[in-house]
Amino acid sequence: MTIMQIIFLITASVTLFAALMVVSTRKMMHAAMWLILVLFGVTITFALLETRFFAIVQLVIYIGAIAILIIFAVMLTRRSMNADVPQVNRNWWLVMVSSLALFVGLVTVMSVWEGFFVTARTAPPGGENLVQLGTALVDPNGFVLPFEVASLVLLAAMVGAIYVAAERKEK
Amino acid sequence: MLSDWLYVGIFLVIATFLPFVAITLAGILGPKKPNRLKSTIYECGIETVGETWVQFRAQYYIFALVFVVFDVETVLLYPWAVAYNQLGLFAVAEAVLFVLILFAALVYAWRKGALRWF
Amino acid sequence: MGFIQFLIDPVTFIARWLQMLLAGWGVPAGWTQFILFVLGAGALGTGALMFTIALIWFERKLIGRFQDRFGPNRVGPWGIFQPFADMGKIFTKEYITPDGADPVPFYLAPILVVMSVVSLWAVIPFTLTVVGVELNVGVLYIIGIGGIGELAIIFAGWGSNNKYAMLAAFRALAQLISYEVPMVIALLVPVMFAGKMGLNDIARAQDIWYIVLCPLAALIFFITSTAENGRTPFDLLEADSELVAGFNIEYSGLRFGFYYVADFLHAFTIGLLFAILFLGGWRGPFVEQVPVLGVFYLFAKAGIVYFIGNWMRASLPRFRIDQMMDINWKILTPTALVLVMLTAVVDKLIASELLYLQAAVLFVLNVVLLVVIGKVIDWYWAHRPRPKVVATPRPVARYERSSAQSHPGAGQ
Repeated sequence: MTIMQIIFLITASVTLFAALMVVSTRKMMHAAMWLILVLFGVTITFALLETRFFAIVQLVIYIGAIAILIIFAVMLTRRSMNADVPQVNRNWWLVMVSSLALFVGLVTVMSVWEGFFVTARTAPPGGENLVQLGTALVDPNGFVLPFEVASLVLLAAMVGAIYVAAERKEK
Repeated sequence: MLSDWLYVGIFLVIATFLPFVAITLAGILGPKKPNRLKSTIYECGIETVGETWVQFRAQYYIFALVFVVFDVETVLLYPWAVAYNQLGLFAVAEAVLFVLILFAALVYAWRKGALRWF
Repeated sequence: MGFIQFLIDPVTFIARWLQMLLAGWGVPAGWTQFILFVLGAGALGTGALMFTIALIWFERKLIGRFQDRFGPNRVGPWGIFQPFADMGKIFTKEYITPDGADPVPFYLAPILVVMSVVSLWAVIPFTLTVVGVELNVGVLYIIGIGGIGELAIIFAGWGSNNKYAMLAAFRALAQLISYEVPMVIALLVPVMFAGKMGLNDIARAQDIWYIVLCPLAALIFFITSTAENGRTPFDLLEADSELVAGFNIEYSGLRFGFYYVADFLHAFTIGLLFAILFLGGWRGPFVEQVPVLGVFYLFAKAGIVYFIGNWMRASLPRFRIDQMMDINWKILTPTALVLVMLTAVVDKLIASELLYLQAAVLFVLNVVLLVVIGKVIDWYWAHRPRPKVVATPRPVARYERSSAQSHPGAGQ
């Protein structure tokens, strides 16, 4: 096993363990902290794939903005402070069986698709070409339409969120 | 290329390790006399009443939301800025349109009172 | 010959010597690189923390002089051993953990806060050959590491199990995330001019210093970095009169001290970043022949910016929280957006062969924009909504000779 594989296995197992803890821990604030660890694991995975820009964007946006948004949302909820709610209900064995069956079914169906076994492309020696990405984003034959639509999506998100939040203030 | 990330990883580990060593050293050097009164929560000299939770206003959440929108917008603009010297005026016009749409979002938030602290 | 090489570029000389030494011992190439990385990172991290000691002394003397007093001058000549005395004191104080504190965030917060500032030094180019790692996304790395510092403040506030600490931590976080927006937007301008995001690349591309090409972006970066650091006039986060001393109420001993270590080191790091992004970094006369001069140029420029930051700290009162938010969202963010748009359009309209003409036009654009923004702010301030005053006749005291005899005790 090469060093890369060992590092990847450690990162992946820590990420999966933290993801499991996010959904099964009792206090919501602890869940937010485990989520930060999951996002950090994803950053390391992007770095292992030899991309620089996407790993840093993951750090800036997810950990720097969205994790903070989630923490604010957790603090706004009164229930988050009381941790006496039980985390599992009585039918947990049924849920286990059905999710395991779903997982096995998905893997069986996808393993007939040849894209399932493809190996990751290696990046060019200097890292990914940011100039090419920038040119493609504004190229009329490239991705300019998704680029402009993204700004409209952001505008819509802001308008919607302010509408929902402001309405509660006037009540 | 990966050696860059290896260096960053080593640096982060060392940057976490050094303060940890310093704090542990200070923990060894300092006195340890735990006292029930010393460990109580500080609330200007009176006893703490009730659980530690205060009603947070929704205004904090709105600020975080506007921040997320502008953060994503600026991160989308960074590849364009890196490729700026190779682009023509048309590409600059497209990016100006992008920024104008988000400027409109800022003006909307301003007029709706989402950017007021109180 | 070897000695001259050592004098001209000591760090590269030592690195190459160590590499030859390890290869001579038969260590495989991968491990050699790893060992050199560990040694380099350790030296840089330790150097940054040791430099904080000098910064503490310098800042106390400087603030003392601004306030017309001497600053520390008892412990050693000119008080240079004062930080060591402070360290000795704070290392031997007791750690008090409050009741019901959440152990993981409470213990992790001071470590994360120092880690986030020290990690900034990994991408700073000290001279053209000496840099921790030439990350080609250096600018975004700086923003991302700042995000880790913000998370540390939330951990401190939450872990203390104290209402005031939580309130203060949330106000601090609202301030920090708000001021990140104009900073990220204003940093687009040097990236546009240099065509690269790496810090060493931006420093290399500055034939004309970017402070001439975009002084308004430099001003916005300076103001927002000061706010990110939590220095006056934005030091609401840790002021003693605010919310019972802020989010670090329940901390004692070295844990408390680390917040201030991070504060002082961040102030100087802002100076370094400003120097690299806008003042040409390590550039100066004879730097290509004698690279070690670059370190002196960089630290001199950073020292000037640090001095200006301290000058602001000693002179200005602090803002209220709603004033701070207004400045950010209503003045700095629109200015930064308009600046990016105008700079992009104007730069494309002028041919890039006439370099000095381009520089002059951009400088004039920035000054014009600053003046326009100033006038708009003045107009808004003059026309701000005032409470309506309905004039009622008010009693006015008037000295009248005719009422002298009604005055008790007046001479008759």
